[in-house]
Amino acid sequence: MKNKEALNSFISSIFAICLGLLFGLIIIFIANPNQAVRAFSILLQGGFYRGIKSLGLVLYNSTPIMMTGLSVAFAFKCGLFNIGTPGQFIVGAFTAVFISLKCTFIPNSMLWIVAVLGAGIAGAIWAVIPGILKAFKNVNVVISCIMMNYIGMLAVIELVKSTIYNAAGAESYSVPLEKALPRLGLDKLFNGASVNIGFFIAVGLCILAYIILNKTTFGFELKACGYNPDASRYAGMSEKKCIILSMAISGFFAGVGGALTYLAGTGKTLAIVETLAPEGFNGIPVALLGFSNPLGVVASSLFISYINVGGNYMQSCNIAVEIIDIIIASIIYFSSFALVIKQIMNKRRSRKLVGGKE
Amino acid sequence: MEYAIEMLNITKDFPGIRANDNITLQLKKGEIHALLGENGAGKSTLMSILFGLYQPDQGEIKINGKAVKISDPNDANRYAIGMVHQHFKLVHNFTVLENIILGVEETSKGLLKKDKARNKLLELSKQYHLNVDPDALISDITVGMQQRVEILKMLYRENEVLIFDEPTAVLTPQEIEELMHIMKNLIKEGKSIIFITHKLNEIKAVADRCTVLRKGKYIDTVNVKDVTTEQMSEMMVGRKVNFVVEKGEQHLKDVILNVEGLTVKPKHAHKELVHDVSFNVKGGEIVCIAGIDGNGQSELVYALSGMMPIHQGKITLNNKEVTHMGIRERSLAGMAHIPEDRHKHGLILDYTLAQNLILKNYFDQKHQHLGFIKFDVMNDDAKRLIEKFDIRSGQQEKSIVRGMSGGNQQKAIIAREIDSNSDLLIAVQPTRGLDVGAIEYIHKQLVEQRNAGKAVLLVSLELDEVMNVSDRILVMYEGEIVADLDPAVTTEQELGLYMAGSKRGAGYEK
Repeated sequence: MKNKEALNSFISSIFAICLGLLFGLIIIFIANPNQAVRAFSILLQGGFYRGIKSLGLVLYNSTPIMMTGLSVAFAFKCGLFNIGTPGQFIVGAFTAVFISLKCTFIPNSMLWIVAVLGAGIAGAIWAVIPGILKAFKNVNVVISCIMMNYIGMLAVIELVKSTIYNAAGAESYSVPLEKALPRLGLDKLFNGASVNIGFFIAVGLCILAYIILNKTTFGFELKACGYNPDASRYAGMSEKKCIILSMAISGFFAGVGGALTYLAGTGKTLAIVETLAPEGFNGIPVALLGFSNPLGVVASSLFISYINVGGNYMQSCNIAVEIIDIIIASIIYFSSFALVIKQIMNKRRSRKLVGGKE
Repeated sequence: MEYAIEMLNITKDFPGIRANDNITLQLKKGEIHALLGENGAGKSTLMSILFGLYQPDQGEIKINGKAVKISDPNDANRYAIGMVHQHFKLVHNFTVLENIILGVEETSKGLLKKDKARNKLLELSKQYHLNVDPDALISDITVGMQQRVEILKMLYRENEVLIFDEPTAVLTPQEIEELMHIMKNLIKEGKSIIFITHKLNEIKAVADRCTVLRKGKYIDTVNVKDVTTEQMSEMMVGRKVNFVVEKGEQHLKDVILNVEGLTVKPKHAHKELVHDVSFNVKGGEIVCIAGIDGNGQSELVYALSGMMPIHQGKITLNNKEVTHMGIRERSLAGMAHIPEDRHKHGLILDYTLAQNLILKNYFDQKHQHLGFIKFDVMNDDAKRLIEKFDIRSGQQEKSIVRGMSGGNQQKAIIAREIDSNSDLLIAVQPTRGLDVGAIEYIHKQLVEQRNAGKAVLLVSLELDEVMNVSDRILVMYEGEIVADLDPAVTTEQELGLYMAGSKRGAGYEK
């Protein structure tokens, strides 16, 4: 039963992706009919277009959304919609950059570990506030998370300005390479792509989350609260504890995502712009496409990153960056229909069962 | 003899199972025809065929003597067949009138015209003595009233054949009586009724004839007058059913549960829902809390189990005060609880059977090690309980509970609670919505607990259950205990007087 269910999820995800690609193709035809076929083939080749380097880019780009996707998926399992990932992500990012730049007393070899952990804790704090409000005052998590997003974004802008501000670029200072995440020679292996240990941390955390959810008593409680809070209470579980802890863990993942993004040593800086971190929201389709399963999140983030990398290469076909964004967005959008497709499949199957003899 | 509906030799196969095997149901005009069968006997399939939701593999349907083909519910509607579902299909924030005209509303220039509908509704309501206020919101009226709205919906659509699908499952004893009255009125006005149920005394009370199904097969159609309830239940279950619960001699032990001056008053309630209640339950006895639904029984149990805070009072379990303990602490202290609402509280429907069976002990040393659940222990446990309590499901311990039948879901809860080997078992309406066979089984389990020296606190709305199973009856009325009765010397009529609040027992005078 369980395997069949998993197979169904997988098939419907694939089907949704194909639908999305088909839709993307239509947009490409509208944007640039002459080179549409070439552009589409570039999109499909995505992570292999420029050989091993592109593949490295896929891994590199998948890291932030894998973490935010995991964040959203984990909270989903406890029945909570953590839409606060942009806030948790950026607060984590700031904490990581701040620790890297200011905590000079820590040796460089240890610094990234402290920074990543600090970022996770910052993200957890940012998420646990809506969690506590939900647990004790039954405040809708979505609303408080959205408010925390803006508070986080604006607070980070102010904090950057007052602590690690680089007036020359109206942005924060970037984390120098020697303080960044270790690359373990991966950049050489992938021919110059900025792959680093971050990708493996992300995958490792996904596996850890999977184990927590499926093998431990804690995961048993979390999912029980997600499915049926009343029955969980009756069984003596603490719903409050589940809500608060799952939000904290969820925020921890998003915060770590922020650290892994800004500690990559690619010169990325915290800009002084009033926009919510897109990596945060991108976690939502990643989680949906991965059916809120931590392992599914690994696959779906890789896929979305793959399409993104391919999409960027499409610029060589005279397709504007904005159009490419639309194409990628619509592919992702369609892909999120996986759940709908799965429902249709289940319905068809049950109808077949019922009407088998007709 | 003219029949309103004839379903002749209906056979319907589903993969792996023959749901209906050569079933014939003939509904005379102007009769109440009961359709009796256990859960899974094929009643729903048969009615779904009549409604055009399924097509029969063999057999034919005649309406007023003419063979017809019903291919979808609209067809059924055209032939004036209507159904009151067990779970009402009403829009809660609409008024009664709006619900009734929903789908057949008249409009003029895009605006609703309700005046004609209102008049027709008032007329119908008068004709059939169904007192409903057309402008009341569904969310504000009682369940019994909602059912009348469903009945009015059918009448408004001028249906001639009315199907009631287990209509009494959600009603209080008074409401049941009223419903019976309404059904008789409907017959007087020339309607015909198919009454699906597994409650035998209701059939005895209103039905003219009764068709019995068992495991998809047609057993017989009988005149209700000519048979006893025992005979009907034997036909339904296929063996003799023991209505009298064999309890054996009572061996009373020490007090296990003691409640003193318990008062429950939730923050937003106008009054105390449980008022100054004191009683005890000893080992080796079944104490039954009887009363009409909504007289504080649910709140009393919530307070005992820790699911609702108490205002005043003291609860001791095995001489240990548990008044301020959490739910889990009480459960570990020896309190098992079969909850009133098995879907809301008793089970996590999306978990497997095995997971549900460890819902209250997944955290103990036997089931986990360093926070990791021992899945092999969980599955072995589940297999043992499935075997012992005869819980039937498609994939044994791996079945998702949502897909299991109500009786087996209830058995799963009972298995979990009894297996916890607690000194006190609180069972709230443990047999609600179950068929005779399952009820008999559950009563046997409760009695076994009693004979093993455990204390059993049973909350029940069914008079039969109260009289048959309990060793002592506490009657609750408006949040208070008004009598402590011995079932051996109390009649049902007497019990009814206490339940209705018109009498108070010795020692409970105001």
